[in-house]
Amino acid sequence: MDATANAAERLFIRRPDGWLTRMFDNKAFLVTLCMLPTAGLLLIFLTYPLGLGLWLSMTDATIGQPGHFIGLQNFISLSQDPIFWMSVTNTIMYTVVATSGKFLLGLWLAMLLNNYIPFRAFIRAIVLLPWIVPTVLSAIAWWWIYDPQFSIISYLLVNVLHLRSTYIDFLGAPWNARGSLVVVNIWRGIPFVAITLLAGLQTISPTLYEAALLDGANGWQRFRRITVPLLMPILSVALTLSVLFTFSDFQLVYAITRGGPFNTTHLMATLAFQRAIPGSQLGEGAAIAVAMIPFLIVATLLCFYGVGRRKWQQGAGND
Amino acid sequence: MVEFTRRESLALGLAAASIPILGTGRAQAAVDDVPTKSVTQLEYKLEKGATLSVLRPAKFVAADEKYWNINTAAYTKATGIDVKTSFLSWEDMRPQEAVTANTGAGPDVIVGFGSDPQIYASKVHDMSDLAEYLGTKYGGWYNLAKLYGTKWGTKDWIGIPMGGSSGPCAYRVSWVKEAGYSKIPDDLEGFLTLCEKLQKAGHPAGASLGHAVGDANAFANWLLWTHGAYLVDEEGKMAIDSKDTVAALKYATQLQKTFIPGTLSWNDSGNNKAYAAGEIGLTFNGVSIYFANRFSPNEAQQAIAEDTFFQLAPKGMAHTTPESALVLSAMVFKHTRYPNAAKDFVRFMMEKDQYGPWLSACLGYWSEPLDAYSKMKFWTENPRLQAFRGAMDTQFYDGYKGPISPASSAVAANYTVVDMFASVVSGAASPESAVKLAASQAQRYYG
Repeated sequence: MDATANAAERLFIRRPDGWLTRMFDNKAFLVTLCMLPTAGLLLIFLTYPLGLGLWLSMTDATIGQPGHFIGLQNFISLSQDPIFWMSVTNTIMYTVVATSGKFLLGLWLAMLLNNYIPFRAFIRAIVLLPWIVPTVLSAIAWWWIYDPQFSIISYLLVNVLHLRSTYIDFLGAPWNARGSLVVVNIWRGIPFVAITLLAGLQTISPTLYEAALLDGANGWQRFRRITVPLLMPILSVALTLSVLFTFSDFQLVYAITRGGPFNTTHLMATLAFQRAIPGSQLGEGAAIAVAMIPFLIVATLLCFYGVGRRKWQQGAGND
Repeated sequence: MVEFTRRESLALGLAAASIPILGTGRAQAAVDDVPTKSVTQLEYKLEKGATLSVLRPAKFVAADEKYWNINTAAYTKATGIDVKTSFLSWEDMRPQEAVTANTGAGPDVIVGFGSDPQIYASKVHDMSDLAEYLGTKYGGWYNLAKLYGTKWGTKDWIGIPMGGSSGPCAYRVSWVKEAGYSKIPDDLEGFLTLCEKLQKAGHPAGASLGHAVGDANAFANWLLWTHGAYLVDEEGKMAIDSKDTVAALKYATQLQKTFIPGTLSWNDSGNNKAYAAGEIGLTFNGVSIYFANRFSPNEAQQAIAEDTFFQLAPKGMAHTTPESALVLSAMVFKHTRYPNAAKDFVRFMMEKDQYGPWLSACLGYWSEPLDAYSKMKFWTENPRLQAFRGAMDTQFYDGYKGPISPASSAVAANYTVVDMFASVVSGAASPESAVKLAASQAQRYYG
């Protein structure tokens, strides 16, 4: 009896000192507290720059001058700028063509690598090279390959194979330049797609193929009915990432053409940089960058929900 | 006006190191070929415990950095003020300056390009006393130095111009001779005919109309000015939509036909590479195109250099050579704790005992802003440097005839004039529509 009374007494005595304790017992408070560091980091490193970008896009800030709020004027003036619209069409074209190329070739490569081939690990490592090499370095290599006077491709075609009489003007004519840049982007993007899809392919159980084989399915049917549906989840993630990377590409274009000839290869990202930093019109540059956001959101939603709508995305199993 | 490739700078570094007359000894030796006028010595009251941090663009020629450092060390020795210089790649200068200006912290002295003093006019110290002192002592500032050094429309100096980089005609003497010329014709018809003949002989000319910020803007400006056309008038009103511009575009189309193919994709090193490979016989460029070959270990390259000469670009319809230069100016930012020391440092670097050896070691890459430095012997020791002497003595500049402002540099950075020419010479646009587009693009900034 005594012991129980003592215990109750002790409990009773300890109670009042604990407003702090009570606060820490509060689940809502604890959750908020634990999330604070993460939220702070996000706020500082994500929200602040994004917010600043949004704010700048609504000012007439230039380098050296803080600028004043001018509402949507930057966007209105951009909407009347043919060069801005050319950069929008270029970006969409570049993203669609390059991403399609990357996925077709990447899927093909992934399926080849999924078969048994000698030195498979070694070859897989090599395939990653274009992706590992810093973009600026590979861009410089391509810039030499596309040089109007010193191109190795032109040299082979003209001086060795005698298939042409003149060197190819890879980067000096609008469509040549656009095509050349898309090729470089595809070359650089294939490894990412191939390795990601390869990981997806390896999760598909071989028994499914064996069963299909017994049922008399041919190669195309196995690809269409087994590989594609089971690859969809990872395909949609890879596609989303790839579209984001391609849409916001800057380095390749800036290092190879700087948007030339006469702006025909400008992407929104390169135009935004050119106007904001070398051109010192920070507000206008920020507006171009902000104008990319709606496109990115639409593209992401399309990829994520359009291509790979599956229950797993809502947290359920993929059956 | 061409960015040096790494290889070229290495070559020039070797070059500078291998010329005995430009050895380190020279920095200490008295400079006897710069005439000075007597003037009251400018005495700045140096702050106690001052130290300076200086930001400037990276070297092109190894000697540029070497002599800069020798001179800086000499300043520390003379005053006890420690000076730390950061050499930044050209492309990174703009963003770094912007950060410094916006945050009010960073280097005390920034040596920037072109219109930078105008852009940061409200953030930098007045330099009028120093400019007046240097101008009086060294025979006066050239026009381009005044244009870029003073706040537009006033006589207040906001920067001290340290040099200008120009790009006259560079050509192969023997090939031009084969075409029947002893020098480059000064009239437009003659120049076109020469280019046609060079092309027929298999040694075409070439100049960039791609997104090459230095070369292409200089070439496009030459095309414009040599026809009497210009971007904006004295008040900054759009003046490019003129008959003269259309004439310039038609001429450029003719000229482009004589050029080597692919110049629309050339960046700033495009013509250097083609010239060094013997693919072109004529282009517009800084002195680097000569020295890169002159100091190459390869004999074929040395032969190209031997056969190279420079001449001011053809005047055409202009009264004076329609060429400008990329100007380098020193600014002292208001946030510095040691404004007197900072100004005194700039003064020291511009005095003949320091500036003379630096300028001559840069071998024509930088042209002098002050008349007295045009009398230095090195200009005549190599006749090729002649075309670079006095390059800042010109009435032409980016955005001529309007104010030097953020607008004029935005137009250059956005290649507005370059793209106008490029779209017409490639046949993608008619001269009339290209002029209209350029005018509306430039208007966005001149507004």
